[in-house]
Amino acid sequence: MGWGVVGVVALGLLWEGYKAFGPVGGFDVAGLQLLPRTTDSAMPHIADMVARAFQPVNSAPGSPAVWLAVSTAALSSLGTASMGLVLGSGVGVALALVMLRFRIARSAVLPWLILSQTVPLIALAPLVVSWGGRLQLGDLTWERWMSVAVIASYLAFFPVAVGALRGLSSPDTIHTELMHSYAVGWWKTLVFLRLPSSVPYLLPAVRLGAASAIIGTVVAEVSTGAKGGIGRLIIEYAQSGSADPAKAWSPIAGAVVMGLVAAGIVAAFGATLGRFRRNEVAA
Amino acid sequence: MNAMIVRRVIPPVLLGLAALVLWEALVIVADIQPYLLPAPTAIGAQLAMVAPALLSAMAATGSNALIGLVAGAAIAVTFALLASRIPAIDHLIAPIVAAIAVVPIVALAPVLTSMFGATSESPRRVVVAIVVFVPVFVNALRGLRQVRPVHRDLMRSYAATNGQLTRHVTLPGALPFVMTGLNVASSLAVISAIVAEYFGGLQNGLGSRITSAAANSAYPRAWAYVVGAIVLGLIFYGITLAIEAATNRRR
Amino acid sequence: MTNATTASVPAVDVRGVTKTFPSRRGDDVTALLDVSLSVHAGEFVSLIGPSGCGKSTLLRIIADLDSPTSGEVSVFGKSASGARRDQDYGIAFQSAGLLPWRTVAANIELPLQLHGMTRPARRARVSELVELVGLSSFASSYPDQLSGGMQQRVAIARALAESPRLLLMDEPFGALDEMTREYMQSELVRIADESAAAVVFVTHSIPEAVFLSNRVVVMSPRPGRIQTIVDVDLGSNRGERLREDAHFFEKVTIVREALHGTPAPHSASRGVDHR
Repeated sequence: MGWGVVGVVALGLLWEGYKAFGPVGGFDVAGLQLLPRTTDSAMPHIADMVARAFQPVNSAPGSPAVWLAVSTAALSSLGTASMGLVLGSGVGVALALVMLRFRIARSAVLPWLILSQTVPLIALAPLVVSWGGRLQLGDLTWERWMSVAVIASYLAFFPVAVGALRGLSSPDTIHTELMHSYAVGWWKTLVFLRLPSSVPYLLPAVRLGAASAIIGTVVAEVSTGAKGGIGRLIIEYAQSGSADPAKAWSPIAGAVVMGLVAAGIVAAFGATLGRFRRNEVAA
Repeated sequence: MNAMIVRRVIPPVLLGLAALVLWEALVIVADIQPYLLPAPTAIGAQLAMVAPALLSAMAATGSNALIGLVAGAAIAVTFALLASRIPAIDHLIAPIVAAIAVVPIVALAPVLTSMFGATSESPRRVVVAIVVFVPVFVNALRGLRQVRPVHRDLMRSYAATNGQLTRHVTLPGALPFVMTGLNVASSLAVISAIVAEYFGGLQNGLGSRITSAAANSAYPRAWAYVVGAIVLGLIFYGITLAIEAATNRRR
Repeated sequence: MTNATTASVPAVDVRGVTKTFPSRRGDDVTALLDVSLSVHAGEFVSLIGPSGCGKSTLLRIIADLDSPTSGEVSVFGKSASGARRDQDYGIAFQSAGLLPWRTVAANIELPLQLHGMTRPARRARVSELVELVGLSSFASSYPDQLSGGMQQRVAIARALAESPRLLLMDEPFGALDEMTREYMQSELVRIADESAAAVVFVTHSIPEAVFLSNRVVVMSPRPGRIQTIVDVDLGSNRGERLREDAHFFEKVTIVREALHGTPAPHSASRGVDHR
């Protein structure tokens, strides 16, 4: 923890140092821009970023402080991301169970699952977003935030499905044979053996899924322009551009905190499952 | 051997074909609107039509991903070497890397655009490099720490210098780990290069084309660009797999 | 099944069992060829032989973890799978195979819980068992906090949990050091006497087989067959003194000669292999 603080301070010093002594127009090599410009509009002072966070969003009367607007947006995005994570993990674990139960499902689906992790499926985000406000499922009108949650769940789904399958298939032969010698069926083996031994695999997968869900949420909010989320604020505040350069950094700090909070929640959840992680291999 | 291929290749291929046919049939029978899901044949027709533009967009995004990947990986390996030798650097970097791993780095794209200028490709490349840094650094450091004691003792008995130890034992031993990191990183590079385009800046890549096609309600065209993105991801993945196989064979 | 019938029926009856494993190249491996063996209720029988003689395969067939290619196996007069479903045997493997997320008590409790015994009854039985294997003060420890020998004792307690009339053990002490191993052998003799269960014990150690058993079944490889059966019967009072007894060495020599197929030079009976 202490070292983390020192590391962040070092990053800050690097920023201010480059800003003080770096070339004003940036640094180009053969037309390739290697280093950024150091003007106040390109690289605001850290003190300015912090100060800006405590000023109102804009000059309209009753406008909230930037940090408050960012926190509200981050909370809303975190909510959407959690919904996506829960949904995606649920479907992921369910699919893993189907693949565990039926060998044919496993050999047909697993290659696609692994392949799909290597391709940029997030490119679909703007298309799923276009469902917003147009799709009718019975009485349910498809809202934009639902698109965001679907994209988040979609990204969380893959690591969880693969991790769950690996975890559920992880018990040693000696343990499955023990269960066989006890003459218990598939379900009891699942509850007493496979689920507990999947925990050390499932937790890193959920951690990855949580990070993916947050990226998915932010990206989807950017593509939708859905109001209320942190993604929208990142774009909106960046558009004030050179007139108000320090403002753009607040939602980014918000996104960073959001990612850390999500990872913290998953870690706290993992801590309650400590007894299933006694043999955990260092991840 | 043949039986194994039949068992391992046939089911996923059948599933893929079945899904395509079902998709096409579903779109026709249920009269699904293109904004929800265009038919595969419609996407295929668009693919043929936009081929030149698609290729140039793939080249733009692909070169951003590649430059970011190479730069990020080189920096990551350098820092991993430093961290494996100097504990203070390890202590400083470890928490930052852990934080970067759980944070949406693409969010930096807009401020990077104002730092480098709106006409620069650099913001995307920097985003890619930061994203790539994490898996390569983590895996490289793990590999550098796995020097087998027997090898270290052997080099010591030869009175080898630290530099020789690094060149002949530590680096070759860490190579497979670096490759594992690159494997993950290559997919992440393409993904973040595309996503970074959603946050503004130049409009010449796959991500920008997908958004603008979607904004113009040209859904089959948008899907055609998505297909291009998938192909680009597969190319990157395939190349790193090939490099990994080549380095493994040499060992 | 009542006690009256069990007395007359052998615990294990193997008749003409052959087991071949198909190999990828097409030439099948014969692990067991026409093996017949009967184990009486309460009897301690060891299977010994070089690796590849099929001793573990035979045990696994009795446990219904593998099925024979031909021949018949009955356990207490039932088919092997029937006996498994009725839980007529307890089993211990070469590694303890404890579930790492369960405490010692909960590991021993596992079969009882799986078969629906009530919680108070489980409690009582588990405390008896941890007492039996001398681990009362470790009941709430986790397996990774125990030594290898202690883990193996937990595994034996787990195998005994449902008071089986048959105990199947596949080299349970194979991974232990010599000191722990001798201690565990003495413990097993005591436990087997107290529970009055029949035991089928796979080992590759001659002194271990002789020390523990009523009968030692010597097997030979390629294909796995029963070479000979040696009656040991060193009596019920098998203390540590027995290990230095001339009678013990004599039996060890007989088993060794049977294993090697030729009578060993007489002087060899002194240089006993203590493995």
